[in-house]
Amino acid sequence: MDSATSDRAALQATADNGLKIVVVGGFGVGKTTMVRSVSEIRPLNTEETMTRAGEAVDHLDGVQSKTSTTVAFDFGRISLDERSVLYLFGAPGQERFWFLWDRLFSGTLGAVVLVDTRRLADSWYAIDRLEHHGTPFIVACNDFGGPLHTEQQIREALALSDDVPLVECDARDRSSSKYVLITLVEYLHALSQRGAGARSGALDTAPSAAARTGLAPAKTPEPTP
Amino acid sequence: MTRPRRPGRDDDPDRLYTLTGGRSRSDSDAFDLVTLVVSECEPTPGMQSEHATILRMCQLPTAVVEISAALGLPVSIVRIMLSDLLDTGRISARHPRTARVADRLPDPDILEQVLVGLRNL
Repeated sequence: MDSATSDRAALQATADNGLKIVVVGGFGVGKTTMVRSVSEIRPLNTEETMTRAGEAVDHLDGVQSKTSTTVAFDFGRISLDERSVLYLFGAPGQERFWFLWDRLFSGTLGAVVLVDTRRLADSWYAIDRLEHHGTPFIVACNDFGGPLHTEQQIREALALSDDVPLVECDARDRSSSKYVLITLVEYLHALSQRGAGARSGALDTAPSAAARTGLAPAKTPEPTP
Repeated sequence: MTRPRRPGRDDDPDRLYTLTGGRSRSDSDAFDLVTLVVSECEPTPGMQSEHATILRMCQLPTAVVEISAALGLPVSIVRIMLSDLLDTGRISARHPRTARVADRLPDPDILEQVLVGLRNL
């Protein structure tokens, strides 16, 4: 265990405020790549075990019920100044990991939805969940060299409201990933200065979420507490 | 327990219960993933080895999620061990100042600090 700790770069003694940004997206879209390109440490991996006895946690047809589920996620770190440390989480966007989102997103500044324009439908669920949570987000299209789409085509395919920033990026590239994060935080800053207007802005997106759900295949019902 | 087991650490769930004295959930949800933990004392002989490792690695502030990754233990297990260490005064916790504000955006001042930090990367 000591070997696992010896190669990690320590934070400054004055660090006292941890901040979170979550990078979400479908499998293989480049979440870990983006975290790696901006992180000051090699991305680390850990897991969260969720135990909820007696609740219908999983909706896995044909699999006998169980009360504990384990999900792995990656993260990296950026020291912003002597007190603030930003943690970047690569979160699985798949539907069966819905239960992880609440905990990961509690207190998060905002989210980057990383999309592969060849598989836009993989992002529907992530965007639905973020809108449902009221978590502000931007969409970043990772460049896989696929066919070019216009911004309007992508917005329509994602049923994305016009005020949500949409950027292109290369998740492998540090400056490109840094630009994505800056775009997100500038957007958050604009929202926070609009104050109460930000919340109604989140509500404005509800019709588009409904439109997208209409296109999507059958969804797992919203869990009830 | 008749259900088939997956290979890996699920093979030995008993070990996790041993680490936490049989508890499977933390009494408090005080520890966020990014709460920074700082040791308030040195490890002592006879101390549970995971506790000793936490005290060694938290001589400088270390996030809960980094402790979890270094120990190779689920975050929920680490939270329970940290609660024990906090209750006995062996660590202190620096909680995120933006956490648990469900319906509000972060303070513009904090966001400006984040922007400065990101632009300086």
